[in-house]
Amino acid sequence: MKLPLYLDYSSTTPVDPRVAKLMCDCLTQEGNFGNPASRSHFYGWQAEEAVETARRQVADLVNADPREIVWTSGATESNNLAIKGIAHFYQKKGKHIITSKIEHKAVLDTTRQLEREGFEVTYLDPDTDGLISPAMVQDAMREDTILVSLMHVNNEIGVVTDLAAIGEITRAAKVFFHVDAAQSPGKVAIDLEAMKVDLMSFSAHKVYGPKGIGALYVRRKPRVRLEAQMHGGGHERGMRSGTLPTHQIVGMGAAFAIANEEMAEENQRILALRQRLWDGVSDMEEVYLNGSIDQRVAGNANISFNYVEGESLLMSLRELAVSSGSACTSASLEPSYVLRALGMNDELAHSSIRFSIGRFTTPEDVDQAIAQVRKAVTKLRELSPLWDMYKDGVDLNSVQWAAH
Amino acid sequence: MAYSEQVIDHYENPRNVGKMDEADAQVGTGMVGAPACGDVMRLQIKVSEEGVIEDAKFKTYGCGSAIASSSLVTEWMKGMTIDEAGEIRNSSISEELALPPVKIHCSVLAEDAIKAAIDDYKSKQ
Repeated sequence: MKLPLYLDYSSTTPVDPRVAKLMCDCLTQEGNFGNPASRSHFYGWQAEEAVETARRQVADLVNADPREIVWTSGATESNNLAIKGIAHFYQKKGKHIITSKIEHKAVLDTTRQLEREGFEVTYLDPDTDGLISPAMVQDAMREDTILVSLMHVNNEIGVVTDLAAIGEITRAAKVFFHVDAAQSPGKVAIDLEAMKVDLMSFSAHKVYGPKGIGALYVRRKPRVRLEAQMHGGGHERGMRSGTLPTHQIVGMGAAFAIANEEMAEENQRILALRQRLWDGVSDMEEVYLNGSIDQRVAGNANISFNYVEGESLLMSLRELAVSSGSACTSASLEPSYVLRALGMNDELAHSSIRFSIGRFTTPEDVDQAIAQVRKAVTKLRELSPLWDMYKDGVDLNSVQWAAH
Repeated sequence: MAYSEQVIDHYENPRNVGKMDEADAQVGTGMVGAPACGDVMRLQIKVSEEGVIEDAKFKTYGCGSAIASSSLVTEWMKGMTIDEAGEIRNSSISEELALPPVKIHCSVLAEDAIKAAIDDYKSKQ
């Protein structure tokens, strides 16, 4: 069976072979299998050393202190820990939280849960470029606001939030600032010493590390405290109990170290590939890039092909592994809530495809993708009465549709 | 998304894709659905003096099942009288294409498109 071409790096990445090798060395009897919390023998000490090396590797990528890194099972857990952790710990100070409509469901579902518990949440609307501005955050602040939670890089359209500017506002108001940075490491520089961010969620599997491991940055100065969500042996300074999975942590550390070293060169290469992809399809009529072109990560191209319906487009692109909207909504085939929040109408949202390029994508891959997309769009437009009407100069918004 | 072989066949090799002259007195045009719903079908029939459908053409904006439903009915209708075509039921369409429950509405839309095309033709006579 010929495998489809993988262009869905925003959804997940394969583990880098260099990382996989290091992880395997932590599994069997000959490897580093000990429990990092075992204080009394060599197996524990060796595992602990590997964990602390990885902790430093993660901290180094984001210019943080290793003591500020807490291991979790992934960015979803980190988001839960940060948001619920702050809300419950500081609720006597206030019960208002600010976030946006385009956050990942790990954030939105968590804030919905807090609403059920009596917290009030403001969901900011992005501008048409998909960006949340510092002014929007400022306007939404209240006396009782305790937390602002915004993503760094949007998973669907790849746009980048200006964290430094927003951090200034939240710090001045003495409000905690949490950032979901699952998509950022290796793509955008992060400097937690310079940025006034209090909590930051990380994921390994978006940056060529394994699935099932992540981290939460918890600032020490000024001190941030949280209510733990996983109780047990008191691991991670009481913030997150559970035996540390050495192999997973080593994997995440190695992935972050590689990202640190290779980010600049990789970004350039990937940006060129994305430009190649865009150049190869944008000369077709009625093709739109969704989200800001400038404030965007290199690998993301979220493109709408007007007058072509999304499901049929995906069916035609069976030889490409891409997604329509985000992975978390693709099972239900709803038009993406992120694209709708940008003010896009349903049809254009339905006809969007997210191409995300990554470490192992080649120029030939991109050329093949271009060829398939052009073929599919051309064929589906030949079949489309809406395309006919557009070509005839009919304004589709003025038509009386006989919907059943 | 598991498509039946029949749906895939119609999608890969759609029959009778095209457009007829709407102004022609012998042509009936039916346009049903709406872009916001994700399904729009335009079905056209060319009817002889004796009331027999000589030719049928379609264009559809919609998923694979919608495309297949409309392609299938253009095949069926050719050679039928307009009364016979009016008897085509969505159940036959969905059975022929082995449509899953969530896609039955595509066959319903195709049935509506046939009726709309016939009504349009009749209104011109």
